[in-house]
Amino acid sequence: MAKLTFKTDLCKGCGLCVNACPKNVLKLSQDKINKKGHHPVEAVNEKDCIACAFCATMCPDCIIKVER
Amino acid sequence: MAVVFDKPHALCDVPFHYCPGCTHGIVHRLVAEVIDELGIEGKTIGIAPVGCSVMAYDYFECDMIEAAHGRAPAVATGVKRANPNNIVFTYQGDGDLASIGTAETVHAAARNENITVIFINNAIYGMTGGQMAPTSLPGQVTQTSPYGRDPKLCGYPVRVCEMLSELEGPEYLERVTVNSVKNVKNAKKAIKKAFQNQIDGKGFSLIEVVSSCPTNWGMTPENALKWIDTNMLPYYPLGVYKDRSNKEGK
Amino acid sequence: MAEKVLMKGNEAIAEAAIMAGCRHYFGYPITPQTEVAAYMAKRMPKIGGTFLQAESEIAAINMVYGVASAGLRSMTSSSSPGISLKGEGLSYMAGADLPCLVVNVQRGGPGLGGIQPSQSDYFQATRGGGHGDYHMIVLAPASVQEMAELTVKGFELADKYRMTSMILADGTMGQMMEPVSLDFDIAPPPEKPWATTGTGMKRKHNIINSLYLKPEELERGNFERYKKYAEIEKNEARAEEYLTEDAEIIIAAFGIAARVSKNAIDAARKEGIKVGMIRPITLWPFPKEVFKKTTSTAKRYISVELSMGQMIEDVQIATEFKAPVDLCNRVGGMIPDPDMVLEAIKKAAKEVK
Repeated sequence: MAKLTFKTDLCKGCGLCVNACPKNVLKLSQDKINKKGHHPVEAVNEKDCIACAFCATMCPDCIIKVER
Repeated sequence: MAVVFDKPHALCDVPFHYCPGCTHGIVHRLVAEVIDELGIEGKTIGIAPVGCSVMAYDYFECDMIEAAHGRAPAVATGVKRANPNNIVFTYQGDGDLASIGTAETVHAAARNENITVIFINNAIYGMTGGQMAPTSLPGQVTQTSPYGRDPKLCGYPVRVCEMLSELEGPEYLERVTVNSVKNVKNAKKAIKKAFQNQIDGKGFSLIEVVSSCPTNWGMTPENALKWIDTNMLPYYPLGVYKDRSNKEGK
Repeated sequence: MAEKVLMKGNEAIAEAAIMAGCRHYFGYPITPQTEVAAYMAKRMPKIGGTFLQAESEIAAINMVYGVASAGLRSMTSSSSPGISLKGEGLSYMAGADLPCLVVNVQRGGPGLGGIQPSQSDYFQATRGGGHGDYHMIVLAPASVQEMAELTVKGFELADKYRMTSMILADGTMGQMMEPVSLDFDIAPPPEKPWATTGTGMKRKHNIINSLYLKPEELERGNFERYKKYAEIEKNEARAEEYLTEDAEIIIAAFGIAARVSKNAIDAARKEGIKVGMIRPITLWPFPKEVFKKTTSTAKRYISVELSMGQMIEDVQIATEFKAPVDLCNRVGGMIPDPDMVLEAIKKAAKEVK
């Protein structure tokens, strides 16, 4: 059981976390726009998350907290 | 629940001004993680000169100094000589370190000044909008090389680690990159060693981080990371170029 | 009274700096100030200080920037072409409100010029020298004793106002040997809570910076700095007056030019000419008030300079253009002799009759 927390308003929608995830847990939101005007990342399959923190490792803006 | 990953303490809780997908943010975080792990935040002084990272003083919790373009190694020399117990690092881009500040870089290395240099090589001047850098690749199109960098006109890119490795002075020179999870982890190891060397009084350590600039390269963040593999690394091979303590430099 | 020792001007600066607590000197070889570096190279290792020959003048001033950021007294010295290279660093020091001492033992210019004495960096020094709105405190010694005294004073003023003090000397002052008393009262440096010495995890991080991208903030910083400059102009302007009380003709001269002028004044007085001298000791702030109060009695001024007429503009401004100001000058490493100054005095005397 893993838990992902995003500082959604700091996300710049670069997608590096999405590509880093080995379990296809993440995607950039298609309908939401954050305060910065980006489509932020969201977890669409959090149940598949293995807490490897690859997403957070690649996130340039340090917006992801990973817990297990 | 146990925390597997969170923002390091040494990184301020403020948004970065960097463009989406810019790897500066990753390297900032690695430096901050290392500062945390070594427990040195309270005695660390960071120096960021002109370039995209000039505002790094807002991003690190340790004391920070903004320096003139290219002059960070000289400023660091002053800070370290004033208070040798401080841990002093510079965070410099390629235009800064390998062009306008070449002399300061070479001589701080030659003196084996006991400082840590984090060198971001993304082959372009990012802050001013994408001009040709001393590290821009042959043929690379930039604002000031619109027909591609022509080595006949403007010479060949400078390989900093290779150049400095010819000096007797420096302790440790390594080139890393941050375009994949594995590479980020290796980069962190190198950065940690560069700080540990300073703590151990070993002298000048420089970590060159081959980085991306999606905005000025005109690519998506993901493609920019791929471009590091296909275009940057063939010219800038990863590896340890000098390591006096292990004698395993190339 | 402590005993006097015979010293070169450049050495007096170096020893006084050490007495003032400076333990970090950075320099680059250039004539005619090399004795400062040579003296520091000998002394610093023996007292636990740092002497470092930098790779350039630019690196040297930035090393000073680093030590100043760390809150310690630091200095560099050079001569005219080298000071031009330091211009960038001087501007950054001003923008970041860092204290330090910079010595310029001037030589003739422009360009590589020569190695003989000059005062032609007056504008560069008194107007800041680098880019942007700023000043340095500029001190002009006229004896080896003053080379030492003003070095101590320079460090004190730099710390007091968090800015650069410059000793504006010349080749003669640097090379001249005179007896010096090094018996100074030196106050300990003030606390510097702003310095980047490490947070110790006990305070918010300190930042040394001159970048302000918001124009309102940058403007505010400039206005505040100029408030400080106004205080300095009010409190720190210094000049020596010589026979000015009844003088109809007043010479303005500093450094070596003042010493030469004094001889000429003595000779002119013997001929019955009422001439005196104001010798600015601070070139910035310029001792405007001292000049202004003479305008009720003096009818003509002569600016004696080793430049093409730079201080003369400050004399005109300080005397509010109430009387003509002549220029008596030599340049390129040449020095006006007392006869030349005496001629200028006699010529002025005819005009005021």
